[in-house]
Amino acid sequence: MGTASEIARRIEAKDIRDRWLLSAPALIIIALCAIGPLTIVFVYSFLTPGDYGDVVWKFSPDAWISVLFQRDIFDGTWSFADAHLSIFWRSVWLSLMTTLLTLVLGFPTAYFIATRPERTREIWLFLITIPFWTNLLIRTFAIQEVIRNEGIVNALLTGTGITDRPIQMLYTDFAILLGLAYVYFPLMVLPLYASMEKIDFRLVEAGYDLYANRWKVLRRIIIPLAKPGIVAGSILVFIPSLGAYVTPRVLGGGVKLMLGNFIELQFGQGRNWPLGASLSMTLLAIVLAALFMYIHFTARRGGNTHG
Amino acid sequence: MARSRHAFDVRHQSGFPTIALTCFFLLYLPIATLVVYAFNSGTSIATWEGLSLRWFQAAWNNDKVIDASLRSIQIATCAAVIATAVATMAAIATTRTRPYRGLNAKYAFINMPLMVPEIVVAVALLIFFSRIKVATGYSGLGYLIAAHTAFCIPFAYLPIRARLETMDLSLETAAADLYASPWQAFRRVTLPLLWPGILAGLMLAFVISLDDVVITEFVKSGGQDTLPTYMLGQLRRVVTPEMNAISTVFLLLSIAIVTIFFFVSRKRS
Repeated sequence: MGTASEIARRIEAKDIRDRWLLSAPALIIIALCAIGPLTIVFVYSFLTPGDYGDVVWKFSPDAWISVLFQRDIFDGTWSFADAHLSIFWRSVWLSLMTTLLTLVLGFPTAYFIATRPERTREIWLFLITIPFWTNLLIRTFAIQEVIRNEGIVNALLTGTGITDRPIQMLYTDFAILLGLAYVYFPLMVLPLYASMEKIDFRLVEAGYDLYANRWKVLRRIIIPLAKPGIVAGSILVFIPSLGAYVTPRVLGGGVKLMLGNFIELQFGQGRNWPLGASLSMTLLAIVLAALFMYIHFTARRGGNTHG
Repeated sequence: MARSRHAFDVRHQSGFPTIALTCFFLLYLPIATLVVYAFNSGTSIATWEGLSLRWFQAAWNNDKVIDASLRSIQIATCAAVIATAVATMAAIATTRTRPYRGLNAKYAFINMPLMVPEIVVAVALLIFFSRIKVATGYSGLGYLIAAHTAFCIPFAYLPIRARLETMDLSLETAAADLYASPWQAFRRVTLPLLWPGILAGLMLAFVISLDDVVITEFVKSGGQDTLPTYMLGQLRRVVTPEMNAISTVFLLLSIAIVTIFFFVSRKRS
């Protein structure tokens, strides 16, 4: 028999043990079928490619070097791999532009929703959420139809005489940008709305009382108050854009590759699994770095950004 | 009085409503176009030739489409049910407690599939599962169900956890005081209260599984197309309004589920 405090401690220890048991199935499934296999990718990135795909179990740093460099077939010297760099550049650039575009358009949209009367607000929110929960492939396909040469955008342009021939939009960087912005727009609006909803408009009123104009109120009061939403929305749009696969595949048509398509290529026609693995790890590292910066940013601002 | 308030609304920012309404319009324009052309009687997805249901009929008579749809639903049902069950247990284990060691790590780990880019997980599973396929000789739907379950868990977990956090332990304590066993207390008290959260989690998981393209595309064996991977394959070819018809039905299904979800979660608050 122990003392009361000992018994209490034992009960708590049992409670914690039960809690681990209870969460074990979820943790094991995620470990086995999502996160654990990432270590295999890491290992593969240090191996030699096999002739018909897969790998040969022989250590080689070549995959990591060829993320950025290429070896000349004849004299064996290394130089920057322009093709790889241009794909990296396209991925980062398009993701940044997507983030910027959705922010510029999403900010007024979220503000509009947040300033609606409470009863209609839910309907507007619902209208933003619906496209988000419908299939990403279908939404990308929808964009493809609209901007194709025979699509309604070109029909409007030629019909009104702005251009006499349809403009080739499909299979360009512009198409990918448009598609990414279209499919990830709700991911920007929702966190923006969440932070704007909490804005105390008496602060805005005070701003006007102190002779601020609309622009000043926007810049000095509303934007700073919406900052957690701006940061969260930007992260939520930037990260999936960087790893996008479906949208650049459908709208880039295999001509304009982004990192996700380039990785797939290594496991398909490229038959260079180690390079695919090292590229995957690079993508993962960039994403984790972005997330880490985000967590650092919100932690520094303290608890007021949560909830 | 009313007029002056109307003339100066502190919440107003000029141009914002115009931009917002334009965005809403642009958000629905491509989807609307897609749906309209599903009813086109011609073979083009851009030139309107009259109203007809022939493409819905064509899709209905296309064995590959039906086959892929049934497989999608089968995978999504299995994955959503398993994911929701384990997510419910995990949510109970990670809420309504004093912080204990590993709690934050657990929380982070459960949400990890949301953060890692899908293509990276897809590649990892391609390598891992191809090894197992060779080793065991099994190449059935189990791999797809397992993979889908894993990335559905965080989606099922979040609404259940949110629901649990609004419930305090006093009712369960009362049940225990009245000599209910922990299982009875769970069945009779916790579960009925938690039900809206579980239902929301189940629906989210189902929709997420149904929508998946990337991981399925990498994990599937030959002849295991789901509806999204079948459509992705078709987009490479000349597209007929049959694709629009399939998309329209798919859209309706998603919207129906989301609408139910919306009302279930609204009743909650």
